[in-house]
Amino acid sequence: MFDVVIIGAGVSGCAIARELSRLDCSVCVLEREEDVCCGTSKANSAIVHAGFDAEPGSLMARLNVEGNRLMYELSRDLDFRCDQCGSLVVCVSEADMAGLELLRQRGEKNGVEGLRIIDRDELLEMEPNISDEAVGALWAPTGGIVDPFQLTVALAENAAANGVEFRFCTPVTAIEREDGAWSVTAGGDVVRAKAVVNAAGVYADDIHNMFVATEWGKEATGADGAPTVSREPLTIVPRKGEYYLLDTTAGSHLRHTIFMLPTIMGKGVLVSPTVHGNLIVGPTATDIDDKEAVNTTPGGLAEVSSKCSLTVKNVPLREVITTFAGLRAHQKNHDFVIGEIEGAEGLFDCAAIESPGLTSAPAVGRMVAGMVRQRLGLAEKAGWIGTRVGIPRVSDLSFDEWNELCEKDKAYGNVICRCCRVTEAQIVEAIRRTPGARSLDAIKRRTFATAGRCQGGFCTPKIMEILERELGVPASEVTKRGPGSELVVGTNKDRLATPDADQRGGEA
Amino acid sequence: MMTQTPERHAVVIVGGGPAGLAAAIAAHEAGEHDVLILERDTQLGGILNQCIHNGFGLHTFKEELTGPEYAARFIDRAAELGIPYRLGTMVLDISPERVVTTVSADRGIERFEAGAIVLAMGCRERPRGALATPGYRPAGVYSAGTAQRLVNIEGELPGREVVILGSGDIGLIMARRMTLEGAHVACVSEIMPYSGGLKRNIVQCLDDYGIPLLLSHTVVDVEGRDRVEAVTIAEVDERLQPIPGTEVRYPCDTLMLSVGLLPENELSREAGIELSPVTRGPVVDQSLQTSIPGIFACGNVLHVHDLVDFVSQEAAAAGAQAARFAQEGVEPTETRGIPVKAIDGVRYTVPSYVDPQKMDDTLTVRFRVANEYRNRYVSVYLDDERIQHRKKRVMAPGEMEQVVLKRADLMERAGVSSITVKLEEE
Repeated sequence: MFDVVIIGAGVSGCAIARELSRLDCSVCVLEREEDVCCGTSKANSAIVHAGFDAEPGSLMARLNVEGNRLMYELSRDLDFRCDQCGSLVVCVSEADMAGLELLRQRGEKNGVEGLRIIDRDELLEMEPNISDEAVGALWAPTGGIVDPFQLTVALAENAAANGVEFRFCTPVTAIEREDGAWSVTAGGDVVRAKAVVNAAGVYADDIHNMFVATEWGKEATGADGAPTVSREPLTIVPRKGEYYLLDTTAGSHLRHTIFMLPTIMGKGVLVSPTVHGNLIVGPTATDIDDKEAVNTTPGGLAEVSSKCSLTVKNVPLREVITTFAGLRAHQKNHDFVIGEIEGAEGLFDCAAIESPGLTSAPAVGRMVAGMVRQRLGLAEKAGWIGTRVGIPRVSDLSFDEWNELCEKDKAYGNVICRCCRVTEAQIVEAIRRTPGARSLDAIKRRTFATAGRCQGGFCTPKIMEILERELGVPASEVTKRGPGSELVVGTNKDRLATPDADQRGGEA
Repeated sequence: MMTQTPERHAVVIVGGGPAGLAAAIAAHEAGEHDVLILERDTQLGGILNQCIHNGFGLHTFKEELTGPEYAARFIDRAAELGIPYRLGTMVLDISPERVVTTVSADRGIERFEAGAIVLAMGCRERPRGALATPGYRPAGVYSAGTAQRLVNIEGELPGREVVILGSGDIGLIMARRMTLEGAHVACVSEIMPYSGGLKRNIVQCLDDYGIPLLLSHTVVDVEGRDRVEAVTIAEVDERLQPIPGTEVRYPCDTLMLSVGLLPENELSREAGIELSPVTRGPVVDQSLQTSIPGIFACGNVLHVHDLVDFVSQEAAAAGAQAARFAQEGVEPTETRGIPVKAIDGVRYTVPSYVDPQKMDDTLTVRFRVANEYRNRYVSVYLDDERIQHRKKRVMAPGEMEQVVLKRADLMERAGVSSITVKLEEE
């Protein structure tokens, strides 16, 4: 029996887990995928939003601004990359400048600090590659960029260091009330807990609807006025966003995140540097039915490539190294759905966490953990570790610092990913940490290996070898992203060697 | 610690593949015995080690060798000459002052001072991401060279039902290879109306195995969340846009890409070496010297070659020039020589500048053409005067072409301000 089960190891689930790890309670995170950060958290704009966008008074507005404030400090505590580069909302028509002022006022209401309208001259000075059409911008100095992979992994590692258990490949299929506690069926096992948190991303409606379908008495709820969530069924609509990621050769095209002020001509796309020195361009926003449809489309990619030029000149799209799509967990009210479910003591929703969900995560973690704490009457525990040291990134070090690492461990001298300069030592550590990497993509999220301009062309076979060695598995069991995504299907001539192998259906 | 003084070598060669090996040998044979090869892999030979098919060395050795055999000829010769090399040593930085910084497991970070440097880092494959091909991003999408390594070095089979996009030589070679290893290759799809590979590879790797080559076709969708399940191929129009209604879906577990090679010039760029937007390699003069004195380039890092024999020839020239620079130094000159212009179907030339004072009696100028051409003339002009005019029956972008400039031609005409290489119909 756990005190708390969290469903979903995205950035929200991991942030909640880390906040709960401060308290005297046992926590288990159930994740359907093979690793943390496999859904919405891994495929988004990687932006730390300032908080001027959300409707004043909404949960989104409050948690965005609070999350923004917490994020930069958290990046130092947990050693992930985050850069307060500032953001600009660019206006491309004089007629819309009034809209910029409205946005500034809204931001002020939300508590965003330092907002200022700037004219074209100042804008040009800040961003020489801004569009010729740009007439002014809203400057938000608290805006920034973050590595969403590292953020999520750092939260998970820190939670694990403080005793949180992670279970992967455990999709939740049922939730039942049993002897005053909740039984969660996941990946064939039943996990019991006093409280359950639904942080299931685009699947949060399925989990919520499992919650509300279970039988329970109409108990007193919402102790001390904590927020509650309606027992009505929830619908999450996957809203697809498609992106271009450009090589680091394009990274210096901009210094700040550039948004476009929506006009009657429509909403633009953002163009931003990333913490890894790339340039990211996107997203689109298309509501779809399929919660697994992370495919890019000709129409979506064409939309991104045409819209980016509305705010930024000469975006070097030919430097593209990959395109991808992510799904936001959209809900029709466009606000986060966070709270204990009416009448269901101990069942908490953390749903509809769409943009600015990544920015809000540190605040979401605090809020949800606070509600759980109140419900279960949890106390802080002694000996909580509040900091985490990341895997050393040799590409960020001076040659002298890198050399010191080599003197400690020779594997720091063996460069595996040449494009992003990731060494064997870093990859081995990514595998050996808890929760550790088990696949090529999990290693990418932790070290950035394979994420460069050759996209794993040279290093894939080498990383496969390291995974085989560290995990003690044959090549045929090494995957890109968990079971079903095996990288090789057999060995040379395995079906030619024995003529009747096909008849026997023999996979090597 | 790194405070120790850098090791000094007359010629430092970045890369121990076919280009680096040939350059090192030539530098040694030119009388400069203080040569060091830096190689990031665990053995010399570069990409040739995974090219186990034959057909290498017809020009150089008048026989058909496999890749490893061709490499071995050079590795053996380098050993005979006692040329030192470092394996597992990755170059991290090259400064304009010719200080090379490396990292290796055995020695950590090291610095080398070089009298001259030869860049021989080779090239990399364009990945699927660079095409922005729509669809999912599952396991089973491989660039052909990565698949070649898995099959030929690791003995692993990347897939059983294969579609290949792009008809570059490695893609063609892998079509045959996968077939021989028991996989089925459904087709090779090429967006251009002509192949990017050698004619002989189309015959020997596709035709001989009944593998269709679909020209003017490209992949428009990749299906499969975890592993490739199918790809859709459509015909393209003259603007290379997919034609609606021509889509054909191929169930498969593997998509292999051979869609172009890019010289690996990150080190060169960071050193401040001028790069050509066409070849993506350094801009060089008649001695294969880059825009930074004493730094030379050859092989696929300079421009992507079709045959390794030409890599070896070019690299030998670069190695000899580097040796000469290390021994004599070269007095700086105001200009880089006469510019070589590539126009009318000639995409680029290597070199881009020729100084008649400093060139040998003859100079091979290599280039590629922009399209498939039949019965065109390759012409060389010195300013407005045509000095060469040679008919070629067939020329294609997949095959490298060359002209040979004679020093005498340039010396006879003082004040020539441009050399032009172009194709003419008559």
